[in-house]
Formats: sequence, C-alpha cells, structure tokens
Amino acid sequence: MDYSKLQNLAMNDNGFIFDPASGYSYTSNETGLYIMKLLAMGKDKDAICQQLMEDYEVSEDNFDSDFEHYMLMLEALGLVEF
Amino acid sequence: MKKTYIAPNIERNSAGNMNKYGAKSVVRHQDNIEGVPISQLVKDHGSPLIVLSEAQMRKRYRRLLDVMKMHYPKVELAWSYKTNYLGAVCNIFHQEGARAEVVSRMEYEMARRLGIEGKDIIFNGPGKSPQALRIAIQESALIHIDHLDELYMIEKLAREMDMVPQVAIRVNMDTGISPQWTRFGFNYENGEAYRTVQRLLSGKTMKLRGLHTHIGTFILDANAYYWAAKALLDLAQRIEQEHDVVLEYIDMGGGFASQNTLHAQYTPGEFASPSFDQYASAIGNAFNESSFVSKNVPTLILETGRALVDEAGSLISSVLGKKNLPTGERAIILDAGVNTAITAWWYKLKVLPTRSFPGAYQNTIFYGPLCMNIDVIRPAVPFPDLHFGDTVVISPTGAYNNTQWMQFIEYRPQILLITETGQVELLRESETLQDVIARERIPEHLSKI
Repeated sequence: MDYSKLQNLAMNDNGFIFDPASGYSYTSNETGLYIMKLLAMGKDKDAICQQLMEDYEVSEDNFDSDFEHYMLMLEALGLVEF
Repeated sequence: MKKTYIAPNIERNSAGNMNKYGAKSVVRHQDNIEGVPISQLVKDHGSPLIVLSEAQMRKRYRRLLDVMKMHYPKVELAWSYKTNYLGAVCNIFHQEGARAEVVSRMEYEMARRLGIEGKDIIFNGPGKSPQALRIAIQESALIHIDHLDELYMIEKLAREMDMVPQVAIRVNMDTGISPQWTRFGFNYENGEAYRTVQRLLSGKTMKLRGLHTHIGTFILDANAYYWAAKALLDLAQRIEQEHDVVLEYIDMGGGFASQNTLHAQYTPGEFASPSFDQYASAIGNAFNESSFVSKNVPTLILETGRALVDEAGSLISSVLGKKNLPTGERAIILDAGVNTAITAWWYKLKVLPTRSFPGAYQNTIFYGPLCMNIDVIRPAVPFPDLHFGDTVVISPTGAYNNTQWMQFIEYRPQILLITETGQVELLRESETLQDVIARERIPEHLSKI
C-alpha cells in the first residue's frame, strides 16, 4: 500500500485538508484526521489501532471494520493506492 | 478520560451542489414529539414505538375544512378508515364532525362499534359482500356502487328486504393525470356512468343520492380535481334534466398528497405537494362554475385521509447495529422495518437522529430487522455516525402504516397518542405471542413432537 500522497497533504487541525498536487480540498472528521496523520507517519493498522484505543473509547472489533471502510474511502478519493 | 469515538470519515469538498430550493446539508435532530422528550418515551414504553399527535390531526382537519369553506361553503369531511382505523384516531375525527368512510365489512363494523349510525357511514370499496350490503341497507348507510353486479345484488336485496337502499354511483374519468384510475366505478367518457344511472333509476328500487369518484392517490396536480368535479357536476346536471332527479351530494373521494416525498420524485414533498388551498381552489372553481350547483347547492364531501393524519405520526426506532457496505455506504439496522412502516416502499421517509452529533456525515442506508432484502426504511441519506442503542425518528408515518402493517416475524409495537394537553396515552399495546397464535389450532396428531 502506498501512503506517499498523504505526506504531501496540508492538514489543518480542524479537519480541512488541501492537496496541492490536484487542487482538491477535503473535510475529515476528528478520527479521520487522526488516522491520516498516523498513516502519513508510516504507522501500520495495528499501531494505529493501539494508539487510537488509548485515546478514544472504542474496541478493536468496532474499529476494525471502520478502519477498512475508511481505507476504501481514501482509495476512492485517490489519496492512497493499493 | 478517553474521547468519544466517531467512525472516521472524509469527503471531498465541492461547490455548487446546493439545488435551487437550498436544501440544507446539515442533518438537524429531533429530540421531542409535541414537547415530550423522545428519550423519556423510549424509557417508559420501549422501542420501536409509534407516536401520534392529537393536536396535529385536529389542526389539519380544521385547516382543510376552513380552506374548503372559503371556496365552497357546503362541505363535509368523511374520515377514511383505511388510512388509520385505530378507534381513538377515528373518534378524534368524528368529534370534529366527520362521517365514517369505510370500504369493507370489517371497517363498517369498526365504525358501528364507535357508535356511528348507518346513515353517517359512506360504504365505498370494490368488494362488498351480500352480507355486508344487507346490513348497510338495513341501517340506511350510503352505499357507493362500484360495478353492475353490485347494483343487481342491491336491487335483489332491496326487494327481499322491502327497503329503499340509499346509494351513489362511483364514476371514473380522465382528469389529465397518469395513471388514470379506471378500476373503481363506471367510466364517464364512454357513457357507462350515465347508462348505469339510467339502469339504476329504471329499477325503481333505490334512492340515488349522489355521485362519487376516487381519481387516485397522492395526487400532485391539484387541477385534476377540477376536471373530476366538472365531470361529476355535468353528469349530475344531465341526470336532473333527463330524469328530474336532483342529487344531494358530490363526493370527490380522497387522494390529497401529504408532505411525504415519493421515491421517484426529485423535488421534496414539502415543496411539491399542493397545499390544501390549491386543492380547494381547484374543486371550488368547478363548483362555482356549475349551473347545477348554483341551482341546487349540493353537499361537497371529501374523504381525504392521508393529508390529515400522515404528518401526525412518527415512528421511533433504535439502532441494533451498523455495518460498512462494499458500496462505500454505511448501513444501519433498526428495530423497526417495513413490517411497521410499510410506506417506506413508496416514500423517502424523513429519518432524523434524536440528539445532535458532531462531525461530518456519511451516506447511510437504514434497514429494518427483517430477513428480506427489500426491508429498507430509507435509501442512502447523509447521516452522522450512529451507535447501538441510539434512536432515530422516522416521519411522517401516520397514514396507512398501522392498517397495512405486516405480521412478519415480529410483534407489532405499541402505539401512543400525545394529547392536546401533552399527556401520553396508550392506544394499542405491543403484541405478544398470544396475540399471534390466539386463532391458531394444532391438530391432535401434530400436537406432540
């Protein structure tokens, strides 16, 4: 999986994201932004899950499905490549 | 303390998506019904829960009557039992002055149970049994004749009983809308309706008191009622000229649209559905142009049910689970499905959360609990991230849902009424196994396993 595009995004703490390569902008919610920042740092799914469970009230089972779904959204927007 | 988790979401920003009606992209929430907190209703009565508003019903009834009277003063409303035949709902409309409009023996018996006299019952419907007709004749109900076999049966019963049935003829016609409903009554354009009147009068067994039409349901073009009223009034005039029979009433049936939005409809119902004033104006124009009306001033009867009660009903339902679909949409599984809200098959029902949510929304499909792929309460709609136990309000659901609901794998839920003073009254208890199996018998040889 290629997360290199994420490293080039300008991410605002309020969830506003700008892609200088395409000119598109995006709005993400708090957890979406949290995950994108960790992905951009090169963290894998397990590491992200562990860190997220320390900060948020969520179980691994609950997060697992949401994470996969979020990856599909990022792929559909062309921000990550499988 | 850990932060509240919301499923991650991201959307591309785009400009220009607002349509000309400026529909809001923000999902608002509804935390009460007529001032009663939804959380309290669910705590006290469980979920799912059907909630009706007495104030809404009375308000809409009075509004329709007032608006109609501005265009034509001699008007009466009849409560369409099939729309919602809970005794309390019927009695709200009967207290307001409505007659009963029934379409079957069951509904006829419901009206009689509530104390409505036969003379105040309009008996419509295409399938009246001889037994039901006998009772209706005996009690002087207004029988609206749907087909010739029914006419012959009424003649036969009238002779046997030595009584004069009180009847009207049901008429269908082209009102410029599609689909044209041709299955109820006799056609106007090809002369069938007039020939039926001739046949009826020549039998000399019953009293022809009016004409009736039911041009369709959820009529979004109010002008269709102008053409329907004009056809009936022209027919009434011809009957007077050629037979010297003056009809007492013209019954325009029902079919006024509620604020719901049909699935195939682009424009939201609150913008697309004609107002009471538009319907009243269309009917009133035809009446005020008619020389039959100026001479005889017949009573105008309306049987519209949906537009009076749909907005008075809400369904509260709880989230049983959520899943992410391969299409990229989120799916929510609710504890109420099309078994409880069957009108979800026709309308884009409004689904609202019962508390405010932060963050972005994602396209969400609302499924019911039934093991049927078609158990969809609402196709994709932008919605915040819901969790197990969260509640939503589905509306408007006051019309046809608790008459057409299905006994499929689930017990039917409780129905509550919020009175005009804000009291919560139980109208129907939730069902138990006993309700479902009470009429069932297991033969002796199958009684043991």
